[in-house]
Amino acid sequence: MAINATYLGMPLEINDLDVENLAYFKHCAAHDFHLQRCRKCQLLRYPPTTACPWCAHGESDWVPVEGKGAVHSYTEVHHAIQPAFKAKSPYLILIVDLDTQKGKPSEHEALRVVGNLATADGTLAPPDQVKRVGIGTRVRMVFADVAPGLAIPHWTIDESAVQPAKPWRYPQE
Amino acid sequence: MPLPSDVDTSTPKHLRDKYALVGVGETTYTRGSGKTTRALGSWAVRNAIEDAGLKPSDVDGMMSYQSGDSTFGPFIAGDLGMRLNFYMDVFGGGSSTEALVGMAMGVIEAGMCKTVVIFRAMNGFSQVRIGGTGARAAAPVSGDMLHNRAYGWQSAGQMFAPSFMRHMHDYGTKPEQVATVKAIHSEHAGNNPKAFYKEKVTVEDVLNSRIICKPLHLLDCCVETDNGTAIIVTTADRARDCRHPRVLIRGVVGRCNKPRMDMHYQHGPISTVAGHYGKEILWPNSGVGPEDVDLTGSYDAFTFTTMLQLEDYGFCKKGDGGHYVSDGTMRLGGKRPNNTSGGHLCEGYTHGLNMVIENVRQLRHDVDDSCPIGPDGKRQHTYDYRPGGCRQVKDCEVSANLGWASPGTGSAMVMRNE
Repeated sequence: MAINATYLGMPLEINDLDVENLAYFKHCAAHDFHLQRCRKCQLLRYPPTTACPWCAHGESDWVPVEGKGAVHSYTEVHHAIQPAFKAKSPYLILIVDLDTQKGKPSEHEALRVVGNLATADGTLAPPDQVKRVGIGTRVRMVFADVAPGLAIPHWTIDESAVQPAKPWRYPQE
Repeated sequence: MPLPSDVDTSTPKHLRDKYALVGVGETTYTRGSGKTTRALGSWAVRNAIEDAGLKPSDVDGMMSYQSGDSTFGPFIAGDLGMRLNFYMDVFGGGSSTEALVGMAMGVIEAGMCKTVVIFRAMNGFSQVRIGGTGARAAAPVSGDMLHNRAYGWQSAGQMFAPSFMRHMHDYGTKPEQVATVKAIHSEHAGNNPKAFYKEKVTVEDVLNSRIICKPLHLLDCCVETDNGTAIIVTTADRARDCRHPRVLIRGVVGRCNKPRMDMHYQHGPISTVAGHYGKEILWPNSGVGPEDVDLTGSYDAFTFTTMLQLEDYGFCKKGDGGHYVSDGTMRLGGKRPNNTSGGHLCEGYTHGLNMVIENVRQLRHDVDDSCPIGPDGKRQHTYDYRPGGCRQVKDCEVSANLGWASPGTGSAMVMRNE
């Protein structure tokens, strides 16, 4: 069923035809991250697509995937565009390499899942946490609940993981 | 790096040298044009037709590009009394100019029309702002946007920044190296009476300007302006009848991409951009290599985009872009000046078209700086590049334009004079 909701001041809409996004966010709403796995080549993919990016096969299954990985790159936004983000600046946009399927099917590929740096409850992280994270930081997935059938996946610092001595941060700080 | 010895120059490749850019035109570069995009478009197209020495009825093809923020070809054609045999308005931004030049060559080759004008008209400051603020930020978030805008990941700078950061991480590129792009383009703009920003900016000015989103400072980002721009493509034969010396098209790359076009970050290295693939088309088709190029127009939506493209098209070794853009090579008077008009960082933002206009004028050796005009009506260039002076590149013969849509998509074009 179609979803119309508001998140951080933004209207979010998923219509009935967008079955891939409905399925993706339904699992997020259950705090149980799933991705599509191709029925033919068995590779996982992100974000949701209507066919397999590697073999073009049309059929896939939603399978649970562990929400753990390391920051591949990031930006720290100081000048927000959307009004609701202005009060939350600076905030981090993270591109995270999942541990699952990293380096497959080729050396430079990974499931690179986007998210903001958040606290465990899925709210945008405070400045002291923003300053700690850089390329290499180990993170785990958390969710921001938005509406029935819709939660937004985010990342939080994985306090149980072994962290790099010094994650790479933008040099002019 | 494909040097001339590596590329096939033995036979004419595709349409090499068979088409020409014969007319260029533009409006002023302003904020608050006080005009519709239709008025800006007809102004720019009229100027391009006049520059070519043609009449509106001589031009029977029209193309434009936009992102829901502009007028359409039929209105411009109607305003100027043109009956078109072909027109096409396409969706898209920064990688469109060179791609549409290639398409214009194709439709002329197919016999669909004889001469094509390509325009871009936009009130990028006073109506639909390029930075994504205003109406664009308020639009509902659905489909693929659920995986970007929902994260406050929307503006061009925000979307590209992970590539820029990763380049610094992978290659040790320094903020002060990249800031030099803005400093150099501001010097060039000082010799361009049309430029929106003519003031000289230093590397320190860039580094001391506020952070927009790391690694971008305010002055790493281009200007938002209102303007119309236009160019005219026709056959090399017909170009002989036009007003200016011929500027011939050697080769074109149109919206060439990295893998995973739905979300290019899935396929690394993310510090590599589409030029990595585009160069395999550009240099063989053009029959030249980077070392043959006298001046470049590398898209400067941001300081970083200029650097990444120059690097991935092979103007320097992969990873040496920071050094290339800061060692003086691309300054007027240097070995290979870049964006001599001041580009998007200083002249005005047009989604790439003004950088092609500039290189056409450069290859005519008739760039519109402040040098005096002689009795023959031609500018007497002094080649004194001090502020307010000349910006003509001496004896230039070959140019390259490198257009940018995103890290994952780009276009390019090589032109030459004779």
